[in-house]
Amino acid sequence: MKQGIIFNIQKYSVHDGPGIRTTVFLKGCPLRCKWCHNPEGLSCGPELVVFQTRCVGCGMCVRACPTGAVSLSRNTSVRISVTDRAKCTVCGRCAGVCPTQAREVAGTPTTPDWVMEQVLKDRIFYEQSGGGVTFSGGEPLMQPGFLLELLKRCKAEGLHTAVDTSGYVPWDSLEQTAPLTDLFLYDIKLMDSIRHLEYTGVSNQPILDNLERLSRAHNAVIARIPVIPGVNDDAGNIEATGQFLAGLGIMKASILPYHNIGSDKYARLGKRYALKHIERPSDEAIWRLKDRLEGFGLAVKIGG
Amino acid sequence: MSAMTGRVSRLRTQTVEAVPTISMERAQLVTQVYKQYEGKVSTPVLCALAFKELMEKKHIYIGEDELIVGERGPAPKATPTYPEVCCHTLEDLEVIDGREKVFFKVGPAEKAIQENEIMPFWKERSMRHKIFSQMTDEWKDCYEAGLFTEFMEQRAPGHTVADGKIYQQGFLGFKQDIEEALAKSDFIDDPEALDKSEQLKAMSICCDAIIRYAERHAEKALELADKETNPERKQELLKIAELCRHVPAHAPRTFHEAIQMYWFVHIGVITELNTWDSFSPGRLDQHLYPFYKKEIEAGTLTRDQAKELLQCLWVKFHNHPAPPKVGITLEESGTYTDFAAINTGGLNVDGQDGVNEVTYLILDVVDEMRLVQPSANIQLSQKNPDKFLKRALEIVRKGWGQPSIFNADMVVQELLAQGKSIEDARTAGTSGCVEAGSFGKEAYILTGYFNLTKVLEITLNNGIDPRTGKKLGLETGNPADFESFEELMEAFRKQVRHFIDIKIRGNHAIEKLWARYMPAPFLSILISDCIAKGKDYNAGGARYNTRYIQGVGIGSITDSLSAIKYHVYERKTTSMRELLQALRSNFQGYELMRQSLINHTPKYGNDDDFADDIMKQVFDIYYTSVNGRKSPTGATYRINMLPTTCHVYFGSVIGATPDGRLAGRPLSEGISPVQGADRNGPTAVIKSCSKMDHARTGGALLNQKFNPRLLEGQEGIDNLAHLVRAYFRLGGHHIQFNVISADTLRDAQKRPEEYRNLIVRVAGYSDYFCDLTKALQDEIIARTEHASF
Repeated sequence: MKQGIIFNIQKYSVHDGPGIRTTVFLKGCPLRCKWCHNPEGLSCGPELVVFQTRCVGCGMCVRACPTGAVSLSRNTSVRISVTDRAKCTVCGRCAGVCPTQAREVAGTPTTPDWVMEQVLKDRIFYEQSGGGVTFSGGEPLMQPGFLLELLKRCKAEGLHTAVDTSGYVPWDSLEQTAPLTDLFLYDIKLMDSIRHLEYTGVSNQPILDNLERLSRAHNAVIARIPVIPGVNDDAGNIEATGQFLAGLGIMKASILPYHNIGSDKYARLGKRYALKHIERPSDEAIWRLKDRLEGFGLAVKIGG
Repeated sequence: MSAMTGRVSRLRTQTVEAVPTISMERAQLVTQVYKQYEGKVSTPVLCALAFKELMEKKHIYIGEDELIVGERGPAPKATPTYPEVCCHTLEDLEVIDGREKVFFKVGPAEKAIQENEIMPFWKERSMRHKIFSQMTDEWKDCYEAGLFTEFMEQRAPGHTVADGKIYQQGFLGFKQDIEEALAKSDFIDDPEALDKSEQLKAMSICCDAIIRYAERHAEKALELADKETNPERKQELLKIAELCRHVPAHAPRTFHEAIQMYWFVHIGVITELNTWDSFSPGRLDQHLYPFYKKEIEAGTLTRDQAKELLQCLWVKFHNHPAPPKVGITLEESGTYTDFAAINTGGLNVDGQDGVNEVTYLILDVVDEMRLVQPSANIQLSQKNPDKFLKRALEIVRKGWGQPSIFNADMVVQELLAQGKSIEDARTAGTSGCVEAGSFGKEAYILTGYFNLTKVLEITLNNGIDPRTGKKLGLETGNPADFESFEELMEAFRKQVRHFIDIKIRGNHAIEKLWARYMPAPFLSILISDCIAKGKDYNAGGARYNTRYIQGVGIGSITDSLSAIKYHVYERKTTSMRELLQALRSNFQGYELMRQSLINHTPKYGNDDDFADDIMKQVFDIYYTSVNGRKSPTGATYRINMLPTTCHVYFGSVIGATPDGRLAGRPLSEGISPVQGADRNGPTAVIKSCSKMDHARTGGALLNQKFNPRLLEGQEGIDNLAHLVRAYFRLGGHHIQFNVISADTLRDAQKRPEEYRNLIVRVAGYSDYFCDLTKALQDEIIARTEHASF
């Protein structure tokens, strides 16, 4: 059976498509957006997540670690565990013994059976609300076989399916999922190719090309536009986005105002957060932006 | 929606700002009657004469601006005492006066009256005295240990609700019914004929008394009208006088009269005795709709006028705090709220959608008044429109706790399972906290809370209460010797049965004492079939008679048992001996074990069958120990699952528990998961809770905390509506929502362990609040403070 790697299952998800949904987060992403709020979804393999605030310094993780990657800090006033990620093999033993759940492994290999068991628990809520299942990430199409299997099973159960994608994927995979996907949530970040490369690590050309093809092959696509102040909220980018979408006949968009809640996650992964200086956009700015997009005939929602 | 009128706004301010005080007027009047008549007349007649004296002599209050009249005391929130039920000591009065919460100011004159007039007569005559002197040492030990509480030791049984009969017939009509029943007395073949006739005579006296009470209001209104210089108010007072000459003697003719009719009845019930849950109009929208419709069509009433009258009624409810409680009764119900319930929606008698224009009017009133009482709820049937549910949710979203939401179809199912007729089930509803009852036809008496988790603690100590060292339970064996989880459950089952038996033995004696010494002839007029049977409400006169024992802490006990099963018997991460040692030492020196129990145990509230199956086992044990047992007056025992504030008291008498809870901390409330244990969101909570068979209860309370961000916009309301509908499809009885406030978040900063489930969500982003850095937490608190709808 095909196995996949997921890093979260979010129930009562109400911002990722219609109704009450369960969102399954598949691990791995080809983009490296500087504002990413799910940094634990970027790499393809399991990752160690350390919640320093939960650590009580008991040292059980130190004893459990087979490679000597974990030690107790002597530099801080309270004893807490520190991890040398160079030595860590993400075996997960420290997470298994940690009494306070200060250590977790993000990304466990799972079977479609297990995922479906979780997803089907909330069937009554989907049926009541016109909701369903959303596959997000990461980039769910980084695991095309696994995703396809899950989509097939969801359709066999009569569930509404949504795929939240960056679009930076081979067209083939997108094309294969299309018949099994009721709704695509398709991220459009920056229209300028150079700036796109600068802020996400990849060119936007495949993304735009794929969207163009998808718009012809599928009739339910909602564009999702994260609004990152100083990065993509300028009139030029917004106008270009609106024009592009309207040109493809994609008449629905969601704007997702930047928020820094995700910033804490970086430290837990031993990573640095690049956008520390950015503030959440003001409500007025978001409304102006919404107006601008609506000028192209788009129906625009704030939030997912 | 138009704003509150000046009148309503002034009345509202007055009732919110009024300081609760103790009035000795009632105690003095009742004492005089008992001194004069005790031993000379039958007990029901004695009680009726006391009621008559109150109705004829008590101070009549008609406040400025009032359109609905009648106060229990001499002024708003002036609260009487009921010495025949509970004779307060001077120390009690000091406590009542001085306590920080739920106080009533008591003046020196009141204290002197208590000491010189009331105490000498009532000290050894009160129901409380009678009850405690009848209780066995075994019962007292368990009561003091906090195994259960006793509802009737200082308040009267009541727990009931009016139906529509008072809108069809006045008290002259009821009196005629009583006289007819009296005329049918069969002194040859009916051995109870004398008791019945005395009861009926008492009811007849009460009919006259309540009519006289209203007439006195008419007289007072005329007197005030005479002196009134404002012509508008003069007209109002004249109208009040006219109204009070018509109701409650006759059936009401108008919307205004219908409300006044109810209110006189309400005052009658809560003056006669200090009934639990005061009294309630029940399905108010159903009752008032015919009057509303007729008058709107005739052009004699506008929607705004109708709303103002309802708002005046709301103020009246709010003027009447629950009579002062002391001791454990205060602990289990520490609130001014007296649980008068307003039911809206549901089904009408022929099973059709019961929502009407008055339903929406009442919801507008609830929204505008924002008063803690009366306690409004909606009865939601699958036949009711979403418009109704969504209007209620708009109010819920504002975050002050009302209205709560009940599953009307499940209430019908519960009542049918208890043997009620389909009509009596459809015209029923919920009152008190969440109790299902057949309105106007049933005595459904809550007899006390039962501490399931305490029973586990005693089971784990082989029958001994570790707090006192007293042996209260059975010797079911040293749990360290139990070889399986099943052995532990069997021991627990025996202990539950043992303590339920003790509770019920006490209940039986208490029920007989109430039936014998403290009838409620006025209330008996209102509840079918007391007149037809010639039997008092407190003696089994109602058509249906139910006794509840309310189970508390299902979440705490489930998680505790789950921890034992998982860690001791399955994973063997610890031994029973070591776990018991840890509990005895309140986890001192066992913090890592405690963390592991908290974080690595399957918990109730996560849609995890490991834990939820244990919940079902505990529920079954409790159900089979209680359900179906008979009381001396012929009532049937049932269970429900609700706590009021008792989970705090019950927690205070229990040491550390295997779920990682520290000694003395509160238990879980209702059927909600343990605070912080549910980590998979509201759908998982709902799935877990609905694995309990609500149809076999008389009500189960679910409190769901909600992040305001999830409720924003029309979508927020829509999804909440879906959540409620789904819960009810799964057979849930009740749900209420607490919108998480900035204060809650601040509390979570201080005590993160109880808020581990608190998720902060913005579109697309989510995280556990307690895992965020202080700076981010502060930012979210600031934003929550500014969230508005």
